[in-house]
Amino acid sequence: MTAAAIARSRGVPLALGFGTLVIAILAVEVLIRIGAINRFIVPLPSQVALAFERVITEEDIGERFRLTFLEALTAGVMITVVGVSLGILLYRVNLLRQATETWVAAMASAPTVLMYPLFLVIFGRSAWTIIMMGFVAGLPPVILKTVEGLSGTRRVFINVGRSLKLTGPQLFVKILFPAALPTIFVGVRLGLIFTLINVVGVEFLINFGGLGQLINDLAERYDLPGTYAAICFVILVSVCFFVLTEWVERWLRPVD
Amino acid sequence: MAEAGRLSLPAAPAPWIDPVTLVRIGIIAGVLVFWELIARSGLLYRDVVPSLLAIGGALVKLLSTSDFYWNLGVTASEVGTALLIGGVSGVVVGLLLGGSRLLSKAYEPYLYYLGPTPKIIFFPVMIMWFGVGPGSKVAMGAISCFFPIALSTAAGMRQIDKVLIRVGRSFRANAWQMATKIYLPAMRHPMINGVRLGLGVAIIGTLLAETKLSNRGIGFLIIQAYSLFDMPRMYAMLIVLFVVAIGANALVGRLGGLGAIRQS
Repeated sequence: MTAAAIARSRGVPLALGFGTLVIAILAVEVLIRIGAINRFIVPLPSQVALAFERVITEEDIGERFRLTFLEALTAGVMITVVGVSLGILLYRVNLLRQATETWVAAMASAPTVLMYPLFLVIFGRSAWTIIMMGFVAGLPPVILKTVEGLSGTRRVFINVGRSLKLTGPQLFVKILFPAALPTIFVGVRLGLIFTLINVVGVEFLINFGGLGQLINDLAERYDLPGTYAAICFVILVSVCFFVLTEWVERWLRPVD
Repeated sequence: MAEAGRLSLPAAPAPWIDPVTLVRIGIIAGVLVFWELIARSGLLYRDVVPSLLAIGGALVKLLSTSDFYWNLGVTASEVGTALLIGGVSGVVVGLLLGGSRLLSKAYEPYLYYLGPTPKIIFFPVMIMWFGVGPGSKVAMGAISCFFPIALSTAAGMRQIDKVLIRVGRSFRANAWQMATKIYLPAMRHPMINGVRLGLGVAIIGTLLAETKLSNRGIGFLIIQAYSLFDMPRMYAMLIVLFVVAIGANALVGRLGGLGAIRQS
């Protein structure tokens, strides 16, 4: 098997990546056991694996997961409704779009998460602070992608609609919106990613809510294996979420 | 020649102010008036929505104290170190992944999926590893900026025109010459974009870590203002922070010649 054939195959890179991960974990286990790494700083990977069961059963992870999911879902619904509506408004009112599109783009790259102490004052230490932080972080990509999707509708589709004498709302519902839907979903997906990052992050920072708070709790109790297990769990949840949304995005994408 | 004799209408005088600017001014003025009305109405607690005058006063006071600049220096040095560590390691990893299809297929999915996870959850681990001082904040910033820089560099490496690589090889360029004369100049655009993204997330990572556990830096000042319920100061700090973050982002783009690249 040549080097190019190995690189092209599916199994070899997969095995290499997974094998490296396993070897790295085993190396850490050995280094801790021989005392090269301080076990009071880095717990044994075997202890972390065992802690998974404890974290799931004793820390009520189901309820925490439900809380984080509900916060992210509420913020997700809000960014979709508000973001798509604002995107449609900017598409319809060109002057407003020209005046504010760069502001929305700047807001997307601004460190809005640092406003969390302000939201704490306004909404108190409650789920609404977390939801609103997720909302603020996830809104700009939805607005920008909605405008992009609607503006990118092929002229021929609009002309077909006009030749069929569709009214303005009919043209929007039957032509513009369906044509823009894949691009809008890209924005919603990006928005949901930002929302989830902020929801878990703010939960951790204000020590309130679901999975983010769990990590903070375990760290404050100096439960190292539990902390590492909870971090791995949050990473796993995030990865599952990204894979799922990516799959939906691919499903929605039109065939070229 | 037919054009020579044609009479044309005199060009309409340019409006004193273009409509887009007018709308922008209108929106800003509307927001400021609305804010002031809310502050004066008593509908919300006055301290939560302080008057613009109070915020302006706090901003002037903040910018005239040496304490603020010292803390800004602390945060800037943490972010700078984080960007250096995360950026250099990100570029090295990106070059390795971009240069080998096998390595890319084996390891890039891990980076791709770990990239968008909330990095702040690693903060307890960073405290264990690097202590409660600036080390853990630098580590948070470095972790945050590593992923976008590594992924941008890898993607940039793959986008290099194959002709450029063949030209370099036909001149018998060695590995160092290939890297400095072919790869890095050809990857300038994606790399600068990666550094811009990296800078943004490094600032966020470092400042969030400072708000969580620190006794210095801008993040600490923000959380201190929250603890003391000094809302005008907090608003002033957030304004300065947003201006600094957006300014730093624009500066990286300008220093990297992003505008020139886009125009070409």
